[in-house]
Amino acid sequence: MAVATETQFHVLAVDDSIIDRKLIERLLRISSFQVTAVESGSKALELLGLREDLKSPPSAPPYQNEIDVNLVITDYSMPGMTGYDLLRKIKESSALKDIPVVIMSSENVPSRINRCLEEGAEEFLLKPVKQSDMNKLMPRILKGKSKENQLENNINNGFCTVTCENTITDNMKSSTNSTNISGNKRKAMDEGFSPERRKARLSSSNWQCCDI
Amino acid sequence: MAAFAQEQLDALVNGMYREGFLDEQFQQIRALDEGGSPDFLVELLGLFCADTDRMLNEAALLLNQPIVDYKKVDAYFHQLKGSSASVGAHSFKLTCMLVRDSCDKNDKESCLEALNLAKQRFYELSKRLNIMIQVINDLHHFLILLF
Repeated sequence: MAVATETQFHVLAVDDSIIDRKLIERLLRISSFQVTAVESGSKALELLGLREDLKSPPSAPPYQNEIDVNLVITDYSMPGMTGYDLLRKIKESSALKDIPVVIMSSENVPSRINRCLEEGAEEFLLKPVKQSDMNKLMPRILKGKSKENQLENNINNGFCTVTCENTITDNMKSSTNSTNISGNKRKAMDEGFSPERRKARLSSSNWQCCDI
Repeated sequence: MAAFAQEQLDALVNGMYREGFLDEQFQQIRALDEGGSPDFLVELLGLFCADTDRMLNEAALLLNQPIVDYKKVDAYFHQLKGSSASVGAHSFKLTCMLVRDSCDKNDKESCLEALNLAKQRFYELSKRLNIMIQVINDLHHFLILLF
């Protein structure tokens, strides 16, 4: 495979309200993002390829409609699986944990907000969501993605290989921290990029030390 | 002709702001319509009216049961509060909150009163929204004819 190309940024929106799904879809499409909107956490997990039933073996082939997403934006209060439950399941999955998750809620409950941020949510937005919320949020999320792409490109082009996982993690930590907006709890970014990326097809044993 | 329709629309919308039917969130969703094409706003408002009508009817059915499931009624109005907030339907949103307050108290009497108020407010709102949709569509057709 040659240079990894940047595909369109794909957002998975989850909300049980059809009105809010339409609204978030529009807000994102207007900024040229690709959007898939679903009505429940379980549907979202299905699309992400996370199996809920324990009967299927881990080696079973993925669902046919499995998609790659760069961001999950979900309502908090949903029947069945809440946005918080969905967040947890994503962060507990080795395949999905690097996907940023944003939570939306109509209720301004500080303990709820803290709980979500501590569980690894990128951001917590109060509903109703506005254009200005998207304008503030998306550049930050995109910055994270472009750094990943740059790394993938470098690796795929053979420019950069790493033997020591810690070295590359440290390098990334310092470069990502300098672009972090202050006061923003970005737990996923702070831990550095995991070698087991859902999109990258690399094994960590191929990496050798270098300066990025 | 198009100018008249635009004036009509502005007058209607401004009136709705003044009377508290709409709040600034409506301006947000209006701005999401691409210049010339009214599809998003018209679709969203149409969906809102249909969805709200359905939920109000289902809530009424629930409240007229001998034993009322207040949790279910509350769930409907949690949804309605959310969707009305999202489209900027201010005064209707407030009536939804009143119903939820009554549900909290498990008070059938005040729930029914609050539901009636919500229905009344929705009736007034949807009447105006339907006119708005009509005027927006007219305006759109005029613009198409002109160009």
